[in-house]
Amino acid sequence: MTQMLNTNDGTASTDSAHKGGAASESTIRSNRPVPLLKRMARSWQLYVLLLPSLIWLVVFAYLPMYGLQIAFREFNPMQGIIDSPWVGLAQFERFFESNNFVPLLWNTIALALYELIAGFPIPIVLALALNALRQKYLSRSVQLITYAPNFLSVVVVVGILMMILDPQIGVVHQVLGALGIDAPQFLTDPGWFRHVFVWSGIWQTAGFSAIMYLAALSSVPPELHEAAKVDGASLFRRMVHIDLPSIMPIAVILLILSVGNILNTGFEKVLLLQNPLNLTVSQVIDTYVYEVGLKSPIPQFSYATAIGLFKSIVGLILLLAVNFFANKTTKSGLF
Amino acid sequence: MAAKSRTANRITETRGDKRLNITLLVVLGAFSVSVLYPLIYVMSASLSETSAVTSGEVWLFPIGFSTNAYTAVFESPLLFRSILNSLFYAGMVIAIGTFATMAGGYALSRRDLPGRNLLTFAFMITMLFSGGMIPTYLVVRDLGLLNTVWSMILPGAVSVWQLIISRAFFSQTIPHELLESAKMDGASDFTFFFKVVLPLSVPVIAVNMLLYGVTTWNAFFNGLIYLTDEELYPLQLAMRNILVQNTFDPAKMAGVDPTKIAEMQAIAGKLKYALIVIASIPPLLAYPFVQKHFVKGMMIGSVKG
Repeated sequence: MTQMLNTNDGTASTDSAHKGGAASESTIRSNRPVPLLKRMARSWQLYVLLLPSLIWLVVFAYLPMYGLQIAFREFNPMQGIIDSPWVGLAQFERFFESNNFVPLLWNTIALALYELIAGFPIPIVLALALNALRQKYLSRSVQLITYAPNFLSVVVVVGILMMILDPQIGVVHQVLGALGIDAPQFLTDPGWFRHVFVWSGIWQTAGFSAIMYLAALSSVPPELHEAAKVDGASLFRRMVHIDLPSIMPIAVILLILSVGNILNTGFEKVLLLQNPLNLTVSQVIDTYVYEVGLKSPIPQFSYATAIGLFKSIVGLILLLAVNFFANKTTKSGLF
Repeated sequence: MAAKSRTANRITETRGDKRLNITLLVVLGAFSVSVLYPLIYVMSASLSETSAVTSGEVWLFPIGFSTNAYTAVFESPLLFRSILNSLFYAGMVIAIGTFATMAGGYALSRRDLPGRNLLTFAFMITMLFSGGMIPTYLVVRDLGLLNTVWSMILPGAVSVWQLIISRAFFSQTIPHELLESAKMDGASDFTFFFKVVLPLSVPVIAVNMLLYGVTTWNAFFNGLIYLTDEELYPLQLAMRNILVQNTFDPAKMAGVDPTKIAEMQAIAGKLKYALIVIASIPPLLAYPFVQKHFVKGMMIGSVKG
C-alpha cells in the first residue's frame, strides 16, 4: 500500500513538475505519506466521475433508509417525518397481534421455500446436462432457446399464463378436455396458485440461471475427464464425481444469495397473479405492504413501513445464518 | 446405467454412455419445446383470423392470416402513446444509467481513489438492505416527482449490481501501467477515462445498455405506484390493465371514432396476444446481439463478486 502511494505520488509530482515546476524537490524525495486532503484534492476528477451514481445512492437508497424511522413513529403527512410523534414498537406490536400476521408469514415463507426447493436444483441439472451433451451445436441451441424467457417482463409472462390457462379458450383446458380430464381452475383455485407461480418462474429463469454453472463447468480441466475415462468411469459417474463437485462453490454462493432474497420472492408476479379467489394463499408480506401502504384510500404509511422492515430484518437474519452455516460446512461462504 | 458401463473398460463410448446421451437429448428437447411452445402459440394467435382465436382453434400455427390486432394497437391513441413512453423511459435510463455506471464504476476501480473501500461499501450495503417500498415512495413524492416522467427514470437510473460488475471489469482489464504512462504524457483523469478507458470497455458498455434497457422496458410497478396520468403510462402498465385487470374500454382505447370502437370490441381478445408480442420483441431482439458480451460480463462479475 505504501509503495503504491509512493509511485503514485511520484507520477503526480513529475506531472506537475512538467507543467510548471511548482513542486519543490523535497516533496518528491520525501517518504512521508501525502495527507488525505491533498490526495483527495488531487483526485477531484475521479470524484466528479463518481458524483452521478453517488447522488443517486444518497437520494434513492439512503434517504429511504433514513425514512425507515417512520416505522417507529405515527407518521402524519402534514407534520413530516421528523415532527411525527414517536410510538416505539407500537406498529410492530399491532402487526404481530393482528389476525393477518400468521397467514401472511406462512404464505410468504411457503411460497419462497417451494420456489427455492424446486427452483434451485433445476438449473444445476440443466447445466450438467448441457455440458455433458455430445452434440455441442444442439447444446448451444438449447441454451439460446431457454435463455429467451428470462428477458420477458412479468406482465408478459402472467399474460401468457392467463391466455394458456384460460378456462374457455386456453390450450391447456382444451388438451385436458380432449383427454377426458376435468381441468382445474388454475388461476382461481387457491390450491393451484403456488404451483402455477413456481413452475412458471422456473420456465422463465432456469435456462438463464444455468449460465453461471456452465461457466464454472467450462473451467474443469479436461485431463480430469480423460483420466477418469481411462479408469473406465461412465459419463454418468463423471458427471456426479467431477462436474458436480466443481460447481459446488458457486452453487453455495447462489444458494446464500437466494436465501437472503427469499422473502422478496417475485413480489410483482404475485401481485399480478393475485385475485380475490386465491387471496388466502397469494397475500404475501410485500403485497400486503402495498395494500395497506399505497393502495388503500387512507394509506397507513407507518404501519406498512413497519411490516416491510420486519420482512427485511428476517431476510437479513436468514442470509447471515445461511452464510455462517456455509462457512462452517463448505468453507465457501459469501463473506 | 452407471454400473453396467463399467464392464466395458474402453475409452470409446460405452452403451451406457450412449443411452445417457439419448436421455439427455430427450430431456433437453422436452425442456426446449416447453419453453418455445407458449411463445409460438401467442405469436400464432396474434396473427390468426379473429374468429379462429375466439373459438379456440389455434393451437400451434396461425389459422388464416390477419394483422388487424397489430394495426389496432398502433391506431389506439393510449396504447401507441404507452409504447412511445416506454421507448423514451428506456432510452433515458440507458443514457443516464450507463454513463453513471461507467464513470462511477471506473472511479471505484481506481486503487488510488481516497476513501475507495468506504465508498464501495456504501454502495454494496444497499444490495443487502434497503428502505423498502413506502419510504422510497415518500422520497419520490417529497421530491415532487409523482406523475412526472422523472418518476419512471430516476429511481431506476442506477443499478448497484451493475456498478459493482463494471468496477470489477475495470480493475481487471485496465492495467495500472496504462494509467501511469498516460499520466506521464500529461493526461488528466478525465482525459484518461474518456479517451482510453471508454474505448476499451465496449463489452461492458453493451452489457450495461442492454440491462438498463431491458429492465426499464419491462418495469410496471413504478408506473403503478407513481403515476395516475394515463398519458404517462409505460406499455407494461397499460398491458397489465388490459391483460390482468381486464379493464378494456374500447372507447378509451380507440379515441372517438365509432367504427374504430366497434372494431376494437370485436378483436379485444386478440389484441391481448398482439400486445404480448409487441412487448416481447425489443428485449428478445436486443439480447442475441450482446449475448457474447453478456456471458463475458457475467463471468467477470461472478469471479470478482
